[in-house]
Amino acid sequence: MAPLNGMNVGTPIHVLVKRKTFPAVGDRQAQLVLRDVSFEVAPRSFVVITGPSGCGKSTLLNIIAGLDTDYEGEIDLGPAKDSLTFIFQTPRLLPWRTVYENIALVLPDGDPRRAEIPAMIDRVGLAEAANAYPERLSLGMQRRAALARGFILQPEILLMDEPFVSLDDPTATSLRELLMELWHSQPTTVLFVTHDRSEAIQLGTRILRLAPGEASVAQDAVVNLNEAERRDRAAVLAEQNRIFAAT
Amino acid sequence: MAPVSTRAFSIPRPASSSLGINATLQRLAWLVGSLLVFAILWQIIAEFLQNRYLPTPVAVFDVLMREARNGELWKHTSATLLRVFFAFVISMFIGTAIGLVLGRYKTADRFFDAWLILFLNLPALVTITLCYIWFGLTDAAAVTAVALNKIPNVAVNMREGARSLSKDLSEMAIVYKFGWWKTLRHVTIPQLAPFSAAAARSGLALVWKIVLVVEAFGRSNGVGYKLTIAFQEFDVTTILAYALAFILIVQFIEFTILQPLQARVSAWRR
Repeated sequence: MAPLNGMNVGTPIHVLVKRKTFPAVGDRQAQLVLRDVSFEVAPRSFVVITGPSGCGKSTLLNIIAGLDTDYEGEIDLGPAKDSLTFIFQTPRLLPWRTVYENIALVLPDGDPRRAEIPAMIDRVGLAEAANAYPERLSLGMQRRAALARGFILQPEILLMDEPFVSLDDPTATSLRELLMELWHSQPTTVLFVTHDRSEAIQLGTRILRLAPGEASVAQDAVVNLNEAERRDRAAVLAEQNRIFAAT
Repeated sequence: MAPVSTRAFSIPRPASSSLGINATLQRLAWLVGSLLVFAILWQIIAEFLQNRYLPTPVAVFDVLMREARNGELWKHTSATLLRVFFAFVISMFIGTAIGLVLGRYKTADRFFDAWLILFLNLPALVTITLCYIWFGLTDAAAVTAVALNKIPNVAVNMREGARSLSKDLSEMAIVYKFGWWKTLRHVTIPQLAPFSAAAARSGLALVWKIVLVVEAFGRSNGVGYKLTIAFQEFDVTTILAYALAFILIVQFIEFTILQPLQARVSAWRR
């Protein structure tokens, strides 16, 4: 399908999860994960879903992606639903395919976007590793490859589940900058899950906070930072304190 | 497996795969060297003992040449190889199918697990005699008997493979809309390949041994048949000559087909 970039600003996403439970397994009781989670996402916005581990962030993302269909509620992604990409917590590259092949595989044979793969590989800084197998690369490089694989599709909706977790600080920072750069050149609706509040403020235009126990949206805040301020640690920290003051 | 179509990017592959010829030569050198040492040891012991029931490797080789010239060798090994081939292909095919079903469906696995254990522990001699009694002294019965011995083995291997299929990667394939064919070729088969290769390598060794037993019991050609005749005459040299011929053939298949195949499916490993 043709990318809609620049031609159409898209339609909002509607998310409604009335109830999501994990069934009882063995001695463990059934567990309510999400209840009455309802929000709308404007097209081309960068929404960060945050909250402590176990609050159901990843489950919510899996539901939106259509990977988890066992819930009560309704997800309406509009016409963009066929142009959805998920960047996972682990890179999930095929270890028996090279970086280049991993990226090429998400495009149908003969897709014109295949011609852009080398440029994309170059942009994420993997030109030297294009024909390497993923297991020979560092985690940071594998994550770059996963980003390239996601962005080559020029998706309308991009879901990301803690894609920069368990990286050292400089690597995570450079990957965040890469993500911002890709997002600015290819604006798309992003739902980004993280438990890292500083990361949430640096990246997001809007924050949705899920709280444990409540299992629903506890806070919905807009991030008031411009691009320069997002690179400024003090500004990020001030905004972080403002938004998360109540907690 | 062929790489993804477009090869526009011309960055050299990692060193390991460009060393192909060197690595093959090295493998060959080790194989020949270790077999040579074995033959020399055997020659020394045989010459020392001077017993007609332990011929020297040179004598065995002479008989081998004689059998090759008079056509007996070809006649019997080809008959055996054909049986090995059919039994191997059939058991890999059926065993893989059973293994995948058991690995994917818990209920089927719970139910058929006991059957699998039963067949795994059924002595080869029992299946062979029963097959001959029930289906007659035919090649079909012989191949069936061998396959029945090997199928549970393959099934157990492939069941492990199916159980270990990554949920992460299958979710990835769903999200990126791989479709069933791309998923099978690029996600599922590469995960099963090591299990399949292991089953094939252990399978070949098992199958050809059982084929000889089947032939000894109820066929009038094949290496197994030839060995029984030689046994009746206490002709140790012929027994060893045929054993040697078959070992060479199996080594050849192992070396030229199975080992390169296994190396290829695991090239991506660190």
